[in-house]
Amino acid sequence: MSEALVASQAPGTDTSVPGASGAHSFWRRLRAQRAALVAAVVVALLVLVALVAPLLTALEGQDPTTYHPSLIDSARGGVPVGSFGGMSAHHWLGVEPQTGRDLFARLVYGARVSLGVALAATVVQVVIGITIGVASALGSRWVDQLLSRVTDIIVAMPLMIMSLALLAIVPSSFPRPVLVTLVIGLIAWGNIAKIVRAQTLTLKGLDYVSAARLSGWGTWRIARRELLPGLAAPVITYAALLVPINISVEAALSFLGVGVKPPTPSWGQMLTAADVWYQAAPQYLLFPAGALFVTVLALTVLGDGVRTALDPRAASRLRVGAGRRRGAGSGPGKGADA
Amino acid sequence: MSGFGGFVLRRGVGAVITLFAISVIIYVVFYATPGNVAQITCGPRCSPEQVHQVAQQLRLDDPLYLRYWHFLEGILVGQDYSTGTAVQHCSAPCLGLSYQSDQQVTELILAKLPVSLSLVLGAMVLWLVLGVGTGMLSAWRRGRLSERVLTGITLAGTATPVFVIGLVLMIVVCGELHLLPFPQYVAFTDDPEQWAWNLLLPWLSLALIEAATFARLTRASMLETLAEDHIRTFRAYGVGERSVIGRHALRGALAPVIALNANNFGSAVGGAVLTETLFGLPGIGQELVHAVAVVDLPVVVGMVLVIGFFVVIANAVADLMYAVADRRVVLA
Repeated sequence: MSEALVASQAPGTDTSVPGASGAHSFWRRLRAQRAALVAAVVVALLVLVALVAPLLTALEGQDPTTYHPSLIDSARGGVPVGSFGGMSAHHWLGVEPQTGRDLFARLVYGARVSLGVALAATVVQVVIGITIGVASALGSRWVDQLLSRVTDIIVAMPLMIMSLALLAIVPSSFPRPVLVTLVIGLIAWGNIAKIVRAQTLTLKGLDYVSAARLSGWGTWRIARRELLPGLAAPVITYAALLVPINISVEAALSFLGVGVKPPTPSWGQMLTAADVWYQAAPQYLLFPAGALFVTVLALTVLGDGVRTALDPRAASRLRVGAGRRRGAGSGPGKGADA
Repeated sequence: MSGFGGFVLRRGVGAVITLFAISVIIYVVFYATPGNVAQITCGPRCSPEQVHQVAQQLRLDDPLYLRYWHFLEGILVGQDYSTGTAVQHCSAPCLGLSYQSDQQVTELILAKLPVSLSLVLGAMVLWLVLGVGTGMLSAWRRGRLSERVLTGITLAGTATPVFVIGLVLMIVVCGELHLLPFPQYVAFTDDPEQWAWNLLLPWLSLALIEAATFARLTRASMLETLAEDHIRTFRAYGVGERSVIGRHALRGALAPVIALNANNFGSAVGGAVLTETLFGLPGIGQELVHAVAVVDLPVVVGMVLVIGFFVVIANAVADLMYAVADRRVVLA
């Protein structure tokens, strides 16, 4: 069932050999889409902000963890002093209620956590997915059966629920952002593995791979030199769609209080804290919510753009007939290698 | 081996095997972690005697497969628990006892289930109607301004985390405009009208995001179906556009939508956890978050298993519906 959807999200799982057209035409096709271009610029800016967060806060003269008791009105329950949540030349976006920590600093350091966790988790998912998918496609029948069943089970596990539960049993001394990265990465690699397996089976039957095998190349060398380049397009496409999902999951876990914990700032965690302050300090809620929205939106649009650029036909070909899917699944030349 | 009956049977057996595998994985992950399991299970504030009691209850001296067998036995035939002073019998689907309240996990879940089902099923109706409707509309109005607006809205919808939508809805509708009181769960059996009014905002926040995903898929699927030969034939015969879209194209376009609905069930459950926590609905999700916070392992394991159960069932049912909706599917 999910194979149909997976295939729909993965261009190039057919017989077309992606990557053959090269990086140059990919950029040309990506640039041709105005929305994707804008999204790419926004994402680039966000990454830049995350990278130079210490510089930005140094420019402002603040840091994300120092309390400023003088800037909050303890008589009124900890509301920031001054208008607009205490916005001033010293605190560009005001300060947090109750603690007086600088909001701008927490926001830009939060970008580091959001993007860092999401990108690192995507890398973990891609590495595991490629390894399992290629091993499944190139291994013996039993290896394929075993790995495919394991993948099915992994796909059946709800990501939010499993990560929520897993985060409960790890001691709190473990660095939290690393932990969240690992948990997301280790649970949600199933779809990538499925895509990679299907694509590898297709590639395996193509002439240039057969030629390499007939020349006496080993499985490992074929996998590295002949198959990996052909896997790039579907993997990049699906990875681009995974990043915004990972961002949302990290934010959700932190929102529930089991993800990234204070004093390390995270947008999801800021939203939990801001919940009760929306009347007294609305900007405390608006900034992290806006940051999250813009980031996920930009990454989603960029992901769509990457998909279209890598396989222009994919946009209209959302459904892959089940018969064809099965055909690709039981692939040609099965067991001829190894 | 072919035919619909065989397909149903194979799919059912597959679902049971998947469930079994999930239970093994979850058990091993949670009860075979390195470190003092009894201490982790019992929580940081446990006294050494309590830790010892937990170790006995978990039978930590036994090898792992025996412990798992015991756990499975509890689920299938029930078991007795010593709570220190008395022996408590925990019948058939026994998932153990909570370390916080000594309550049976099965009872705890059953007590919370109506809330979560009310939330998820109600929202599902909403997101299917909204999503499929929007998708059809934008496929029909292709190339016009209204399609672009709809596409923009659905894109923004997919990009908004469920807790952000919920938070904004709650602040605007309840906090600022005072159109509704802050949601407070009322059981359907107590007062159906109040039940619906109080669940309206939670339904909306959960449904809007899923609806956006469905609208995107329905639109794409619809456009593809509209390009197929049999639709051209219908048009050539002079069948009206409304009938072509509403009856003939919809039928062909629905199969992937059904598939997505099951596939999305897992993520919808995740969204339900967030919605329940945000609106303070006393469902499984809120209980799970609480159990995670206080490290009440039997509750966590039990709930993950039950949720996994529902997801696997949803997937299997969707496979069957997919095959019924689209006869072109190869029953393999």
